[in-house]
Amino acid sequence: MSADYAFELHDVGYAYPQVSALDGLSMRVPYGQRIALLGANGSGKSTLLRLLDALYFAQRGEIRAFGTPLSEAAMQEEAVNFAFRRRVGLVFQNPDVQLFNPTVFDELAFGPLQLGWPKGLIRERVAAMLERFSIAPLKDRAPHRLSGGEKKRVALAAVLIVEPEVLLLDEPTAALDPQSQGEVIRFLVEGRESGRTVITATHDLDMVEAIADRVFVLADGRLAAEGTPAEILRDHALLHACQLNHSHWQVQAEEEGHVHHQLDR
Amino acid sequence: MEESSFVRERHGHGRRRDLEGFTRGLSGVLEHALDAEALAAGGGLLQGIDPRIKLLALLALIVSAVLTRSLVSLALLFALALALALASRVGLARLAGQVWLGVLLFSGVIALPALVMVPGEALVQLPLLHWTVTLQGLRSAAFLLGRAEVCATFALLLILTTPWPHVLKALRAVGVPLVVVAILGLTHRYLFVLLQSALQSFEARRSRTLGPMDSAQRRRAIAGGAGALLGKAYQLSGEVHLAMVSRGYRGEVHLLDDFRTRPRDWLLLLAALAVPALLLWSGR
Repeated sequence: MSADYAFELHDVGYAYPQVSALDGLSMRVPYGQRIALLGANGSGKSTLLRLLDALYFAQRGEIRAFGTPLSEAAMQEEAVNFAFRRRVGLVFQNPDVQLFNPTVFDELAFGPLQLGWPKGLIRERVAAMLERFSIAPLKDRAPHRLSGGEKKRVALAAVLIVEPEVLLLDEPTAALDPQSQGEVIRFLVEGRESGRTVITATHDLDMVEAIADRVFVLADGRLAAEGTPAEILRDHALLHACQLNHSHWQVQAEEEGHVHHQLDR
Repeated sequence: MEESSFVRERHGHGRRRDLEGFTRGLSGVLEHALDAEALAAGGGLLQGIDPRIKLLALLALIVSAVLTRSLVSLALLFALALALALASRVGLARLAGQVWLGVLLFSGVIALPALVMVPGEALVQLPLLHWTVTLQGLRSAAFLLGRAEVCATFALLLILTTPWPHVLKALRAVGVPLVVVAILGLTHRYLFVLLQSALQSFEARRSRTLGPMDSAQRRRAIAGGAGALLGKAYQLSGEVHLAMVSRGYRGEVHLLDDFRTRPRDWLLLLAALAVPALLLWSGR
């Protein structure tokens, strides 16, 4: 294992009571790479993101973040916790869960305040993020009264304000209207130049090529495949086996002769 | 509107109140909370006071209400609470609805037996029951109710004139342990999660309730809904906590606003501290 990777997972297992979420998962995420975690509902994507954000801890195997083991004991230490939270940010799938402050302004200031930033700097950064995400007119509004797209922009701004080196996104376009989806995808595409490591959990195949350099496909808590977006999206049999395409794709694939029928049985 | 009249026609006024009334009640609680936030952020005497000073001053007045052995002093403290409420633009109707009525009902249940159970000078005999209300019993009940009403009014004035995060920060500033403040903060947050879940869940049930339900079915529906709601709220609350931890939360309250203590804040604290001191000195 080396420090060239933002995350390294070796034989990681995690289970909820009576349900296994991840089982023997091994993967490496190099610095600066944009990763898509593809998988159907219940494939373990969200659990994996929570493990990478040190909200859950591996029950089996090992996760290393920035070259050092990620453990509950290590995260109890204030210095380690602060350094980690400064470097890794997670945008939750449900923005209502993530937006818990009385106003949008307070929401953006929450993270930097927890990390002990100087108050002048916080005010400057909040003002800049409000402008960058076009949410300045909403700054005094209660977050739970915003539209879905506005909530998602506030949630993104609230995480990105601390400029994390690694951004974890859980289904960033879920339940958004087409215009809001387009805004989120545009943001992810434009962020390519930032050099930030971005890991996006999704089952939206349409956005994968635009937002990822590499794709990990999860099925039943295991790594089913790994490759470039083009390689993965070409493999209709894999996508079908992992419940990631529907009958239209299946028909098209059969016409093109790509499907290995033994996989369907 | 149409749905309401339909239900009324089918089931009458009494039957439709279960789900519909409950849903309306939940919306009302959320609206109340939003109003309270707006009131706390607005202008008024108490709104302009340093939250730490305000907390200590109102605590001193609450202690005074507990210490006093005179109904006149209790009445004066109640008058002071009313004056503070009016100067802070807190409507008396709000206080009556949110504090006085509730306290009267809950404390009244405890205070009422004292009227006839405390021995002393007979005042009046209740018809039919032939129980005797005593002067000492009346005093005991008046003290219990009066203290509860005065204390609750001062406590609500703190909450209504101070944004909740400022209350938490003030509690930390006056030495309340981190774990207590963290529990209070999360309880407040989860209460809203629970209310919102309850509202959504009962609205969803309302939208799917077509035919008439007998009282047993209604009870089953409400009990089942409450169980499912608690499970859902528990899960959501866990998610909210994870989202807070993910952004660096470790239980401590950090705010962008710095508290500033001005001469008038010290004046208010001195005046508030003088009340219990005076009561102790005068033995009343």
